[in-house]
Amino acid sequence: MAFIDIKDVCFSYDLEAGVKKDVLHHVSLQVERGEFVALLGHNGCGKSTLSKLFNGMLTAGSGQVLIDGLDAGLEENQLEVRRRVGLVLQNPDNQLVAGIVEEDVAFGPENLGVPPEEIRQRVDAALKAVDMYHYREHAPHKLSGGQKQRVAIAGIIAMETSCIVLDEPTAMLDPRGREEVMETITRLNKEKGITIVLITHYMDEAVRAGRVVVMDDGRILMDGAPREVFGQVERLKRHDLDVPQATELCYRLQAAGVNLPAIPLSVEECVGMFREMLGGRADERMDS
Amino acid sequence: MLSDITLGQFFPRKSLMHRADPRLKICLTVFSIVLIFVAGNFWALAFSALYIGLGMVLSKIPLKMYLKSLKPILFLVAFTAVLNVFYGTGEPLWQWGFLKVTRNGLLNCAFVSIRIIVLILASSVLTFTTSPTQLTDALERLLRPLSKLRVPVHEFAMIMTIALRFVPLLLEETEKIMSAQKARGADMESGGLIQRIKALIPVLIPLFVSAFRRAYDLATAMESRCYHGGEGRTKMKVLRFCSHDYLIIGSAVLALGVFIALNLIFPPAIAG
Repeated sequence: MAFIDIKDVCFSYDLEAGVKKDVLHHVSLQVERGEFVALLGHNGCGKSTLSKLFNGMLTAGSGQVLIDGLDAGLEENQLEVRRRVGLVLQNPDNQLVAGIVEEDVAFGPENLGVPPEEIRQRVDAALKAVDMYHYREHAPHKLSGGQKQRVAIAGIIAMETSCIVLDEPTAMLDPRGREEVMETITRLNKEKGITIVLITHYMDEAVRAGRVVVMDDGRILMDGAPREVFGQVERLKRHDLDVPQATELCYRLQAAGVNLPAIPLSVEECVGMFREMLGGRADERMDS
Repeated sequence: MLSDITLGQFFPRKSLMHRADPRLKICLTVFSIVLIFVAGNFWALAFSALYIGLGMVLSKIPLKMYLKSLKPILFLVAFTAVLNVFYGTGEPLWQWGFLKVTRNGLLNCAFVSIRIIVLILASSVLTFTTSPTQLTDALERLLRPLSKLRVPVHEFAMIMTIALRFVPLLLEETEKIMSAQKARGADMESGGLIQRIKALIPVLIPLFVSAFRRAYDLATAMESRCYHGGEGRTKMKVLRFCSHDYLIIGSAVLALGVFIALNLIFPPAIAG
């Protein structure tokens, strides 16, 4: 059975008395244990709403959200579901509770009633996993955005959740912070087998996932490996969605009549492809 | 600027006073303050001041810092001192119209001034050597019996923790908004009092809106980290009494004994 199993879910917000705004229309999605899924889409396409359904912060209007076999919509399952699915938000400042890094990381396990000695071990291990152990006694407001976001991730790891949902965790970070966070997420997925659901606006981040799900207007538009999804450049463009820059470049070259062997997804891949195409000459010119 | 404001003046050091259990430090501060107020003669007062002075020395924080902490209350000390000088009873030593200075008044004046100064010093020892998180932690433990009377002790402690976390953040934000409004031509430095208060409105409104937004986010983050009140909650850092804490308790008991003896042996210095 899939770890996250969303069956035919609809969701709407009450704007005012009697007026409803439909956000999700009959969405079904399965995420397996250990997967790294990127969720793409415009603002207001329902991806953030979906992320809050994953850990029972919101309850589906109709349909069912099963997390590890537990119905996330039931009040009595809430704690158990949140023990399994952690949520990291966009603004790193707003999700840290305590005034000291290690105490913030301890917040989750403390809520779960874990014995003190074990909390200590978990906190140290979590801070090491995100490479923030040296900052354990610092105040959060003295850290950079990327560091704060890594502390927030450590706070979830310390709860030993098997899945982390990240709602645009890099949107407020500079390129360096973004890379720090992406590197951390990728490592956690590979080394610890933690299931990752990454909601993002950056196509270059989505490419690093094992699977890309594209949402548009409350529906799932595409679902597949990054290469499959970003291969359909025209379809994405029709929905005003971007593709990674390297893909865009090669797509345009192809449209202009240049014959290319494949459509690359990342800059490295693109450079490699052109090098091969142009033979040794390109290498010489680049080196000189 | 604004960010220079620090809440609670904690000076991280490695000293006996820093290592002492924060619960004990709070109790000890209350204990010393009681001593100062119960002291009936100069000997007892001097002794309790000496006891607090010992704490100051053991905190390894320079005397300069302690003197600085007295600055804001100097006016209060001066004010009460002046009042006390003229409110004495007995034979006047000096008189001018209805103002008279008596021996009793002078004694009262000295006594009250020393009391206030030592009181501030005692609380400074506590706040200088205890981090705000330790303080809230200790207060939560000490007040726990009150939760039986349905006082929301855990909630108050949580509010304190969050406030301490967000004060620097909101100060930073205030500065940003002020700069943004100034860049749009807001004038905050000139005009009378009323005009200046009015000039603050365009700063306060965005600040409040953003604070509410933060609160909403924080609530989401806390709930998704399984926060469900104080019930069944554990703590990573457990407060535990160590050998030096028992030593400190011993010193307090000894001090109490000496204090009572001094209070009984010497006659009261002031009446009323």
